[in-house]
Amino acid sequence: MISLDQLKEINHTMQGIMAVRRIGEEMIGEAKANGDESSIQILICGDTGCESSGSDKVLDALRQQIEEKKLEKEVTIIRTGCQGLCSMGPVMTVCPGGAFYTQIKVKDVPEIVEEHILKGNVVKRLLYHEMQMDDGILPLKNTGFFKKQYAIALRNCGVINPEDIKEYIGTGGYLALGKVLTEMSPDDVIQTLLDSGLRGRGGAGFPTGNKWKFAKANAADQKFVCCNADEGDPGAFMDRAVLEGDPHVVLEAMAIAGYTIGSSQGYIYVRTEYPTAVKKLNLAIDEAREMGLLGKNIMGTGFDFDIELRLGSGAFVCGEETALMRSIEGERGEPRPRPPFPAVKGLFDKPTILNNVETMSNIPQIILNGPEWFSSIGTEKSKGTKVFALGGKITNTGLIEVPMGTTLRDIVEEIGGGVPNGKKFKAAQTGGPSGGCIPAEHADTPIDYDNLVAIGSMMGSGGFIVMDEDTCMVDISKFFLQFMVDESCGKCTPCRVGTRRLYEMLDSITKGEATLEDLEKMEKLCMDIKSNSLCGLGQTAPNPVISTLRYFRDEYIAHVVDKKCPAGVCKNLITYSIDAETCIGCTKCAKNCPTNAIDGELKKAHVINTDKCIKCGTCYDVCPVNAVRRG
Amino acid sequence: MSVKKSVIPFSGTEEQEKLLHGIIEQHRHQAGALMPVLQKAQELYGYLPIEVQNMIADGLKVPKSQVYGVVSFYAQFTLNPKGRNQIQICLGTACYVKGAGNLLDRLSDKLGIAPGGITPDGKFSLDECRCFGACGLAPVVIVNGEVYGRLKSDDIDGILGKYE
Repeated sequence: MISLDQLKEINHTMQGIMAVRRIGEEMIGEAKANGDESSIQILICGDTGCESSGSDKVLDALRQQIEEKKLEKEVTIIRTGCQGLCSMGPVMTVCPGGAFYTQIKVKDVPEIVEEHILKGNVVKRLLYHEMQMDDGILPLKNTGFFKKQYAIALRNCGVINPEDIKEYIGTGGYLALGKVLTEMSPDDVIQTLLDSGLRGRGGAGFPTGNKWKFAKANAADQKFVCCNADEGDPGAFMDRAVLEGDPHVVLEAMAIAGYTIGSSQGYIYVRTEYPTAVKKLNLAIDEAREMGLLGKNIMGTGFDFDIELRLGSGAFVCGEETALMRSIEGERGEPRPRPPFPAVKGLFDKPTILNNVETMSNIPQIILNGPEWFSSIGTEKSKGTKVFALGGKITNTGLIEVPMGTTLRDIVEEIGGGVPNGKKFKAAQTGGPSGGCIPAEHADTPIDYDNLVAIGSMMGSGGFIVMDEDTCMVDISKFFLQFMVDESCGKCTPCRVGTRRLYEMLDSITKGEATLEDLEKMEKLCMDIKSNSLCGLGQTAPNPVISTLRYFRDEYIAHVVDKKCPAGVCKNLITYSIDAETCIGCTKCAKNCPTNAIDGELKKAHVINTDKCIKCGTCYDVCPVNAVRRG
Repeated sequence: MSVKKSVIPFSGTEEQEKLLHGIIEQHRHQAGALMPVLQKAQELYGYLPIEVQNMIADGLKVPKSQVYGVVSFYAQFTLNPKGRNQIQICLGTACYVKGAGNLLDRLSDKLGIAPGGITPDGKFSLDECRCFGACGLAPVVIVNGEVYGRLKSDDIDGILGKYE
């Protein structure tokens, strides 16, 4: 068992190594293998995004090169979690110096080792393009993507090796737990959280301190701490990044929660679709147990706490707290009416708190830096930062963390680098299937819990999907409703039947079969589902429809009255034709057509046979002179 | 999930059965044991046919209806075996906005099966998934764990051609 003093000693030893990784950004290009042991640290992103673009192969090549050049003593290679800029993957950072290399291929590795590691020259051609300036190198933290970001929840992601508990301790890890166990009473912890203004990051934004206070107030022989890592919003991966990049922060926060409410057992409910996260969590739990930071008599204070993993099996509704607890109990994940709230009667009928991963990952920092520090960041009613998974029609896809109150425009234009291909920004979808679309006209609204609700969306867990003029808002609503139909658990009728009827109405609109009267019926149905469903899933299921009807009614009317899809997405409402004047007869469209629906000879205008055309849009995409018309 | 009963006859081995009993024994006294047992059983058999569900119900002493109720509730549990090559297409929002719908149409068309299905020769199975977290590569298709990103419908034929 480790004592607090021993923990502080590890922290002290590791601090220097960890600091190099953080301050490096100022001294670009100074890294060079110079005979000192471990003088260089190469951080290569091993998160799912970069792994999918081949970071593992780059890592192998790098290890091989380092071995060949006998640099093992001078160079440490660390496989980190997400470094943020997923669209530029695979990425790596070389410290000290903070050179951030992007889209690295295996064949680039020898050059990096030869030039940068051995000679100390930054390989400019591989450097993130925004860092390349005519008169030098722009530090990464000053580039558009990073400039407005502020990392609390993600502070260790992409910086530490998630499989080494010592690195976490080196960043101050488990010291918050130590402080809580030795210096604070449970009431102190609750007061700190209340003062910090931290609100739940999973969606609704309930004050975390209050949640803990209620659970502490209920006496019971056993209580439970649960962590919701069942990130079900399709298009959101914030929690996964924390679990894969900094798993110990979740364990530490759960132990703090255990001490505060008087619980000795925690459960993490994590999606089975995240195998890497599950692996990293299991490793972290083992490491923490081995060191005595989980288990009996933690740090010799007499406090016992342990954590078990439970795997979700692909049910969106299990993000709802009562459903999640049913699922841990081994049942169908169906929600139940509240009250009683979980703080009174939760898992196995015992008082339980449930916080999501991002909420948890803020807590140790609040304990260490104080509530005033945290509440100085953000807006009046929403403190701290929010992590978003930026995706869709945006140049810089990736994971970002910004102070509450950052505007949509800053996120899309500055951090996201704008909409690619010269297209126009149309809307951003936040909050996933329960959220709504924020149109371009609200781009200057500061994003926080209350503002988002006021403009008809919600914070949700942090999915942030950007849409451009080619996105059909009716089609996207239909997409979300299809999701809700699939994911409705079936327990209550408004949700089970209502979402299906709503989907059918949207389907008939996209097919040009609906009338204006149907639009009115649809709006009424939305309100019925919202006010009568049992749980949050049903109550928010119509949100995508309500918000798109509010801001993009014209598009609905175009589908219904003109029988046209302005974005050119809904297949029944569009036709493809070839403009004979523009067509150069290159035959590319005919060759690529999957149904051989295009006739024409070389160098003569081609014609689409509309009977055979399946409107897949391939010809539209491949035509080199834009002769294919969609309308 | 697909609730249609599999047409392919159950071919579990004695060894698998022994392993399954081991799994049941390991979890029998744990609170909420059914989910972990089903998850491990699916890893063992690749799917959860009625024969396996019955063994689990007997082993854990819970009603068969409860086992079936849980299996049919969660998307990750499947009553059908998977193909030799498992195709998963991401239908998360980021991928959908970038044209995953067209990819799925092409895949279904090419293979002649709907999502959740398996080709009659057992070569391919096709499943829809929600977000792999590779949104930077959207739209994404995964075959046997290999990730194909930034796809257009035309890439589908080439990808399918790689697998036997």
